[in-house]
Amino acid sequence: MRPPRLGGVTTPIVGWTAGWTEELTRARLHVVTGKGGTGKTTVAAALAIALATGGRRVLLVEVEERQGIAQLFDRAPLPYSEERIASAPGGGEIRALAVDADAAFMEYLAMFYNLGFAGRTLRRMGAIEFVTTLAPGLRDVLQTGKVKECVGRTDDAGRHMYDHVVLDAPPTGRVVKFLDVTKAVQDVAKVGPIKGQSEGVVRLMHSGDTAVHLVTLLEEMPVRETLDAVAELDGADLRPGAVFVNRVRPARLANRSLPAAAGGRVDAARVRTGLATVGLELAEDELAGLVEETVDHAVRVRAEQRARELLAEADLPALELPELVDGVDVGALYELAETLVDQGVR
Amino acid sequence: MPAKLHVDKLLDDPATKVIVCCGSGGVGKTTTAAALAARAAERGRRTVVLTIDPARRLAQSLGLRELDNTPRQVTVEGFDTEDRLHAMMLDMRRTFDDMVLAHAGPDRAEQILGNPFYQTISSSFSGTQEYMAMEKLGQLAADGSWDLIVVDTPPSRSALDFLDAPQRLSTVLDGRIIRLLSAPARAGGRGLLKIVGAGFGIFTKAISTIIGGQLLADASAFVQAFDSMFGGFRERAQKTYQLLRSPGTAFLVVAAPEPDALREASYFVERLATESMPLAGLVLNRTHPVLAKLPAGKALAAADELDRGGEAPLAAADELDRGGEAPLAAAVLRVHADRVAVATREQRLLARFTKAHPSVAVTGVPALAEDVHDLAGLREIGRRLAGE
Repeated sequence: MRPPRLGGVTTPIVGWTAGWTEELTRARLHVVTGKGGTGKTTVAAALAIALATGGRRVLLVEVEERQGIAQLFDRAPLPYSEERIASAPGGGEIRALAVDADAAFMEYLAMFYNLGFAGRTLRRMGAIEFVTTLAPGLRDVLQTGKVKECVGRTDDAGRHMYDHVVLDAPPTGRVVKFLDVTKAVQDVAKVGPIKGQSEGVVRLMHSGDTAVHLVTLLEEMPVRETLDAVAELDGADLRPGAVFVNRVRPARLANRSLPAAAGGRVDAARVRTGLATVGLELAEDELAGLVEETVDHAVRVRAEQRARELLAEADLPALELPELVDGVDVGALYELAETLVDQGVR
Repeated sequence: MPAKLHVDKLLDDPATKVIVCCGSGGVGKTTTAAALAARAAERGRRTVVLTIDPARRLAQSLGLRELDNTPRQVTVEGFDTEDRLHAMMLDMRRTFDDMVLAHAGPDRAEQILGNPFYQTISSSFSGTQEYMAMEKLGQLAADGSWDLIVVDTPPSRSALDFLDAPQRLSTVLDGRIIRLLSAPARAGGRGLLKIVGAGFGIFTKAISTIIGGQLLADASAFVQAFDSMFGGFRERAQKTYQLLRSPGTAFLVVAAPEPDALREASYFVERLATESMPLAGLVLNRTHPVLAKLPAGKALAAADELDRGGEAPLAAADELDRGGEAPLAAAVLRVHADRVAVATREQRLLARFTKAHPSVAVTGVPALAEDVHDLAGLREIGRRLAGE
């Protein structure tokens, strides 16, 4: 990992030398995970746009059946098919797929068996859910199997249908279990078509074609979870890709004055003198409010510095995304994608 | 402006027996539950907080080092709760085991506990945690030794999972499907067989090829063994459900000022109304209220002017130890403008929620600059919850 910019004062996020490595440009399956609430889906979407920039075709996949992609792109829930949802600068195209495990199962059964009407009826009765309850790994195998199929699919000319596939994966706590289908298939029969399919998934997940990216905030808990996940990925022989530090906020105070300010020592009299030079005369309580806000800010920035130091232990390439005060809409996704491209994503 | 949620009034009211904190994942539910319990105990009520999967440091702050499934007294020096604050972490597997032991005869219990399918469902089925949280709540309530029980709900993406999951578990344990799968000709009934036709046989065959015949056999044995005690289970779940609907229960919907979290909060508020469950209000965590009235535009204009008056602003800011008033003042003004922008967004999001749910009382909890990891932090959160 690059040395983190400790306490950089309003260090521009754009322009920070790219964290995207040569190795990462060779990955075709980009798995994006992170602690809940860190903005995993947003980062996955921005990464998909960034990867599509310049004319490539990218598939953005979600597997948690919560239609996060549709909400982000402000459109109706995605059906179980690969829909074009956005275009990228330079003629790129992003398609999206919400993998529904039940539908994947039916699709899978249909490949090998002719169920006729029974399939739909059984599904309605909850039989599919029941079966995936019996063998919890089955759900993961079906979903990763579908992802693998998308990564490997070729057109008539033998070219890959998608240059990249970005997977909005389950959160860090569950991601290794999800990706490490070797374990999951122990649940299912040792023979039969599922077995064969899962072997292909195992090969893909553990190959150089796959990188598992981690999204974090500059807060202690998400950073700790990130480090735990990296260790777990290493242990399972899955390859951690980059760390995406999301929602980075500007630091306003000079580095040198942080410790004092974080300790509550902001000299109100000097602030008053400074304000007076531009004709701002504030009442006592107004001034006290400003000082309190500044102390709050300093404490937060100091906590962020500690989080950066901790994060450096992961020793992974890092990319930063700024906090968007107005929230994330489609336009904002393009802005985020642009900052990723500026940091070398291609 | 929405009505103010009076947290102390809620905590002090002897009629409040159960407080359920619900909301989507990552909004600070567990911290809120712990802070409420600590405050209630300090205010004189004998309180237990039931946490589900708390972060390690939060658990430590409550003195919980292990998951042992029984309430432990929380004692921390300088914390005046005497013996009134207790905390526990839910051990769902153990709660399930205990329930089986309590409901089935010893022979049958052994048969169930040893079944591989039971082991799957008691440790990894996604509805089990919710079901067991309800079960534990029922036990604590029946115990009668608590003035107040504060419940955290399992971490889930959707706030509604808490209410829906027990139902899902019931469906799986219901036995209809497993009977169909293991003996379709007998249990399915002619009507159903007519509908699904020949496809059904193929399906069961496919299933047993995919997951293995043994697993199916285990599941079938489990459901049969379980069937006789299942009536008891359902009755208990029903009783807990009634408890949740009783006037002694107060739901607090917890959210962060983010669109997703507030959308979930909105769903949950509507759902509680549908189920006639008593909602006390919304806890909006991690807000950033503005502490000075100075408008952002004015602050930024002044900051720019201050910067122009000096050299390069960032280098100059380093001078502030040595008397650089202008850079310090400019930094303070920019901090303020940032904060106004954040606060404005938060108010806009809350206003959207309030417009849809005008009668829901709200309390905002200003963000602490750092994570909470001790009782002092919980106490501070408690003060902020109460609007102190």
